Amino acid sequence: MSESNHVRDIIRNNIKHRKNRLEMIMPKLFLIAGSISIFTTIGIVLTLLIDAYHFFEQVPIREIFSTKLAPLGVNPSFGILPLINGTIITSLIAMFVAVPVGLTAAMYLSEFSSENTRKIIKPVMEVLAGIPTIVYGFFAYSFVTPLLMNLIPTLEPKNALSPGIVMGIMIIPLVTSLSEDAMSSVPNDMREGALALGSTRLEVTLKVVIPAAISGIMASFVLAISRAIGETMIVTIASGSSKNFTLDITQSMQTMTAYIVEFTSGDAGIGTGYYSLYAVGLVLFIFTLIMNLLSRYISRKYREEY
Amino acid sequence: MNHHNSSDNNEKNIELNNEGKLKTFFNKDIISKRMNNRILLDKVAKKLFFGSILFALIILVILFYRIGVLSIGWIDLQFLTSNLSIFPEKAGIYGVLIGSFLLMVVVIPVTLLLGISTAIYLEEYAKKGRFQSFVNINISNLAGVPSVIFGLLGLTVFGRLLNLGSSILAGGLTLSLLVLPIIVAAGQEAIRAVPGFLRDGAYAMGATKWTTVRTVVLPSALPGILTGSILAVSRAIGETAPLVVLGIPALILRVPNSLMSDFTALPIQIYYWTLDTVLTPEYANMAAATIVVLLVLLFLLNSVAIVIRNKYQRRY
Repeated sequence: MSESNHVRDIIRNNIKHRKNRLEMIMPKLFLIAGSISIFTTIGIVLTLLIDAYHFFEQVPIREIFSTKLAPLGVNPSFGILPLINGTIITSLIAMFVAVPVGLTAAMYLSEFSSENTRKIIKPVMEVLAGIPTIVYGFFAYSFVTPLLMNLIPTLEPKNALSPGIVMGIMIIPLVTSLSEDAMSSVPNDMREGALALGSTRLEVTLKVVIPAAISGIMASFVLAISRAIGETMIVTIASGSSKNFTLDITQSMQTMTAYIVEFTSGDAGIGTGYYSLYAVGLVLFIFTLIMNLLSRYISRKYREEY
Repeated sequence: MNHHNSSDNNEKNIELNNEGKLKTFFNKDIISKRMNNRILLDKVAKKLFFGSILFALIILVILFYRIGVLSIGWIDLQFLTSNLSIFPEKAGIYGVLIGSFLLMVVVIPVTLLLGISTAIYLEEYAKKGRFQSFVNINISNLAGVPSVIFGLLGLTVFGRLLNLGSSILAGGLTLSLLVLPIIVAAGQEAIRAVPGFLRDGAYAMGATKWTTVRTVVLPSALPGILTGSILAVSRAIGETAPLVVLGIPALILRVPNSLMSDFTALPIQIYYWTLDTVLTPEYANMAAATIVVLLVLLFLLNSVAIVIRNKYQRRY
């Protein structure tokens, strides 16, 4: 009888004890911290939606689809098409660089190189991935553009080509590392089977490994597009701020991201121009969100399980 | 390598066969020609693929070389210790360095606290289910949101709503939210790598959940968490777009002295100097010199991360 009372006292003391209150409080604190990420998402969506709504109060939706963008003109015009055009063109140029180079580099690392070579090359790729984008922007403007101007005399000092190429270089490590991961996870039995039938390494890579890893590879491409669309500093510095609606890559074009940077650093004050930032931001957010979801969908849906 | 040996053997077999009875069934010339073509293609492809890697490496070398050449003669004690000026020969990045440093004073504690707590919650406390996977998906989506958008969030919420303007605090909080997904992902991975038997051992000795997390899980996950944190911080130091969107002015001549002062940071200064090279060519040298300082800083941070990873990471 007295024994069980004693135990009960201990338990009661334990509950009163500070450490046990901590036991109750800590999970709640962690939960609060964990929900910050959700509030961030809600914050982003609300910010964009509310101010984009103010924008659409002032500008008819029809006007968005015009090809003329002149936010600061006497008769301001807010067609987003020049920005979407600039974004797509610079991203396409980037993909033209990043996909072939990134994928073949991944093929080399995963299928052809020795373990030692891989150990040297992978950290170097990480260095390439870790360089801040502003540095790439400086590189594009002060080195790649002058170089290209020697080759293409009609190239303007600010153009879509140079930042597109440099953006592609920036994305190479992303494509390489994700594709290489996908290819390395293809089981060796399949390679050995094909080799035993007399395939060369190249045939194994093209006909066995790539088809088996295609979901991961495609996902890496989509993620690369998303990265290119969202990339800001390279295009802001090297592609300039002309709101041209053109397919001529030797000319200056503005991307959605560059428009946002140009306008905020120009300190436009609160007005239709200021709200237009959020409308552009909303479109940009939707673009990248779709790409990110698509990337995850592809890698889930078409993954071959071994 | 294996492959080439085996293909050589194939050819020998074919020759042997030709001398033997099977001669009528195999045409040596056609087979060896096709085989040789396939092997040639394989060798060419290997060289080509290696060329892609070489291409990336050469670009990296050119980039470093180019920036190094432009910055030579511009980085000296005076450059590091004097303040910004419109005259290139007088200008220094002391105030800029202080700006970047104070920015990190905000970013590091905020991200560490939020990031590690989120990771602990998701891995140790949250029930496996809808909520947990919802938070996980949310975080991976946040990681994919372009940094300018975070700039717009910071401009609205911290800049205008909380009235922090373009202060260090506003910039730091914006960058913290931006790099949060990196720390959370690293933290989750590190916590997941702590083997279950360590937790079971703690529980068996009567430890409570929080005690287990605090004394068993966190210490053994710490190297992984630290490595991830350093990577997140180095991302934050080099980030430009969100800060520019916050509306940081081009030229700030006063050295920031509190978290509420206006400021400029290394990447922003690189941006404005690059833009102004049209007016003053020397600004290209200033930008390159600042880039060198930024890259050295990043290099040091990453070296620390690698040392921590190699020295303290335990494998179970």
